[in-house]
Amino acid sequence: MSVEQTVEAVPQVLAARNQPRPDSPAGLWLQRHLPNLVLTPSLLAIGLFVYGFILWTIYLSFTRSKILPVYAFVGTEAHQRLWSTPNWYKALENLAIFGSLYIIICLALGLFLAILIDQKIRGEGLFRPIFLYPMALSFIVTGTAWKWFLNPGYGLQKTVQDWGWTSFTFDWISSTDMAIYTVVIAGVWQVSGFVMAMFLAGLRGIDNDMLRAAQIDGASAFNTYRRIVIPQLRPIFLSAFVVLAHMAIKSYDLVVALTGGGPGNATELPATFMYSYTFTRNQMAIGAASAVVMLAIIAAVIIPYLYLELKEKKS
Amino acid sequence: MSAAAGARGLSLGRIVLYAILGLFAIFYMLPLFVMIVTSFKSLDEIRLGDMLGLPQQPTADAWFAAWQTSCIGLTCEGLKGYFWNSIKMVVPAVFISTILGSLNGYVLTKWRFPGHRWVFALMLFGCFIPFQSVLVPMALILGKLGIAGTTAGLVLVHVVYGLGFTTLFFRNYYEAFPNELIRAAQIDGASFFQIFRRIMLPSSGPIIVVTVIFQFTNIWNDFLFGASFASGDSAPMTVALNNLVNTSTGVREYNVYMAAAIIAALPTLLVYIISGRYFVRGLMAGAVKG
Amino acid sequence: MGFLEIRNVKKRYGGTDVLKGIDISIEQGDFLVLVGPSGCGKSTLLNLIAGLDQLSEGEIWINGVMVNDLHPSKRDIAMVFQSYALYPNMTVAENVVFGLEMRGVPKPEREAAVAEVAKILQIEHLLTRKPSQLSGGQRQRVAMGRALVRKPLVFLFDEPLSNLDAKLRVEMRTEIKRLHQNMGATIVYVTHDQIEAMTLATQIAVMNGGEIQQLGSPKEIYNRPVNTFVASFMGSPSMNMIPAVLGNGGVEIASGNGAPISLRLPANGRGPNAASGRKVILGLRPEAVTDPGAADRNGAVTDANCHVEVVEPAGSDTFAVMRLGGVEVIARMRADTDLKPGQTAPFAFNMEKAVLFDPQSGNRID
Repeated sequence: MSVEQTVEAVPQVLAARNQPRPDSPAGLWLQRHLPNLVLTPSLLAIGLFVYGFILWTIYLSFTRSKILPVYAFVGTEAHQRLWSTPNWYKALENLAIFGSLYIIICLALGLFLAILIDQKIRGEGLFRPIFLYPMALSFIVTGTAWKWFLNPGYGLQKTVQDWGWTSFTFDWISSTDMAIYTVVIAGVWQVSGFVMAMFLAGLRGIDNDMLRAAQIDGASAFNTYRRIVIPQLRPIFLSAFVVLAHMAIKSYDLVVALTGGGPGNATELPATFMYSYTFTRNQMAIGAASAVVMLAIIAAVIIPYLYLELKEKKS
Repeated sequence: MSAAAGARGLSLGRIVLYAILGLFAIFYMLPLFVMIVTSFKSLDEIRLGDMLGLPQQPTADAWFAAWQTSCIGLTCEGLKGYFWNSIKMVVPAVFISTILGSLNGYVLTKWRFPGHRWVFALMLFGCFIPFQSVLVPMALILGKLGIAGTTAGLVLVHVVYGLGFTTLFFRNYYEAFPNELIRAAQIDGASFFQIFRRIMLPSSGPIIVVTVIFQFTNIWNDFLFGASFASGDSAPMTVALNNLVNTSTGVREYNVYMAAAIIAALPTLLVYIISGRYFVRGLMAGAVKG
Repeated sequence: MGFLEIRNVKKRYGGTDVLKGIDISIEQGDFLVLVGPSGCGKSTLLNLIAGLDQLSEGEIWINGVMVNDLHPSKRDIAMVFQSYALYPNMTVAENVVFGLEMRGVPKPEREAAVAEVAKILQIEHLLTRKPSQLSGGQRQRVAMGRALVRKPLVFLFDEPLSNLDAKLRVEMRTEIKRLHQNMGATIVYVTHDQIEAMTLATQIAVMNGGEIQQLGSPKEIYNRPVNTFVASFMGSPSMNMIPAVLGNGGVEIASGNGAPISLRLPANGRGPNAASGRKVILGLRPEAVTDPGAADRNGAVTDANCHVEVVEPAGSDTFAVMRLGGVEVIARMRADTDLKPGQTAPFAFNMEKAVLFDPQSGNRID
């Protein structure tokens, strides 16, 4: 039984040991409500700054707000304009490419590295932090570094050419077709180590006796992983997927620092679209409409996940 | 088992294993390596190419330039002012959000009320929303409060949007904290705050470290809020770095950019190196609950 | 009015009645044990006395004060928890005096109190340690010290020995009994272990399904259980419950083969006045079925031959299992009995200790 229905806190009692003394009505009221009073500021803040603001943004998407908000309701005009903007389709297309590659590669690479590290190797304490440290960096730093590294004039391409492989080209970052993939590379570089750490924690949690049983059953290492270990990592796949998906949808800083959305609109994502329409192109209503779409995509991923997680906790 | 493997010597499989791990280690280290060597080169040496080569005549000029004289926007006083902006933003924001998170976690686990699960779910969802969906109202409110474009405004923003995570951390930690201890303390006559201060907090060391590191890293590395709500001189480090690299005109001083990027990354990298264990725990706790 | 008085206390969680009207009254110095299977409501009742839970109906009085609306810290009670609930960040000494500190007792008095309690419980050498550095038995002592130091009106114990191993449990049981005898404290003690209940209590309340089945001294509970639940819950091995038929100043039991066994009931007026031919349940403790040579011959003792199915030596005794009236019956024999399974041997049935129950209601027939 939890403390759920129990009595409330008391202010410090100086009553003599053997003389119970009833509290004053005000004291009793405070005792009873103190925990809730403590929680209230946070709830109000989140109520206003998260949910209130979301409603506000949704409302703005039904107005004609340009550089400043106006509050006359005009229906779905901004949404219609959003969905007839080619740039928005480009942003969604890029999100689909970037998001799916980012998630799939991070999951695959993370799992692969975790399995390698789990082979009771020496130097785990060296490899693990090396794979993971990019997670500590700001996306702006990551973008700056990779922008330099991928710079055709000075970076990898030039260096390899100077080594003598003169036909080597690696100029994705300045190519409208390929630039989005450089965002994938930098994103994977930053986050895959973290996915590895999640999988590694999952692998370490698997019962060793089960692995011994599989060995006695004659399963090869490959089959042990494929048939026994990886299926048990399902919850980790789910968590990692959710984390990666929501990072992908929110991706903004990395693109800004790496490509600035370009060349042209080659690396436009919903997040950069929203920012530029709201703050630089002064189309606040369209920006708000795009933010609402982003919120809807994330909600579609997160709400079922939270529901599952919190329901499991309950039982 | 690893000892046994060592005794057997390196099998072919093991060699391949280490080779693969080594290649990936290079992949992860290379950008950092390039940043460091570039930051110690002169511009002339950079133009010669060979990004991977060690600096022939190492010089810290780029570092001094990045810190003191590089031009960000219209002023040419380097990053140092922005570095302090970030510090002034991070310290109070981390402190306040951690305190509030711990109190929330305490109430949500030990002083439950009907519907506490819903309250927690709503707070948690707040962690995941795309901040684009609150950006405009936030800008308007900050303007109304008169703290638009100030560090105080950024502190408020980071506290509010960090609350969900800090509450999550403490809630999950206190969930495992025995209820009988609270009951014993009640019988002993400790009040709501006395129980928190004398019994909960002294046992919360690890989760406080995890939370502080997580919040510190997140807030230090934030760009979107900084770019949206802090203007000019009150911009945090990440915004200044981006301005330096992407909006400056004239000669592109890559060595200065790299030095600046390392300076921007240094605080969080140091935290990671010093307390990697807690750093990873925070990341995991934010992703996999419990 | 009793020193601790519980009047018609009810507790509901959601739609379920956890306690359905509890009435208990004990005097100062009593040791009340609440015993029953898990889920019977005994811990809930203890939490209500402590004030850790709000009652739905009824009243609780301690020393003439109605405590329903008093915070736990103001009821002048102390509690020992199943998990001990020692504050992990404090030393033993700090744990013990935390309650006094919260009540604003000055430091010199607190220190004197710790010293006194530590001496009684022999934990003087542990005072500077943290709970994590203590063994289970030591933690148990500290938890008791924390209660003792407060000198409360009532001590509450919530299954305090259930986390200890068997040997330690017996030691601590004796220790608690000794403390009670020496200090004359008033104690309410929850356990599911009927041996703890028998050994410690001056009053036992046997609970089941949110109700008190029987409240009485250990002797009353053991010898005169009010119903079959109490009879079979208290005692180990539990009381034999043999279907039987009344007749000829005694009872008849169908034995597996051969003629029914007829057992004479004592003629002390306690036997049932009901008509012959009535079906009853005959309750006989294992020690009331024994070797003829070892039986106490004062009173209504009948010998009868029975077929032995299993013999279980238990060290101090040997138990013989046989089948009477269609149920297993356990007899407690001398340790050195030479009974063999499959044998038919004479047994002495001591009917002085027999209790009869109504087969429908399960209640005792007087």
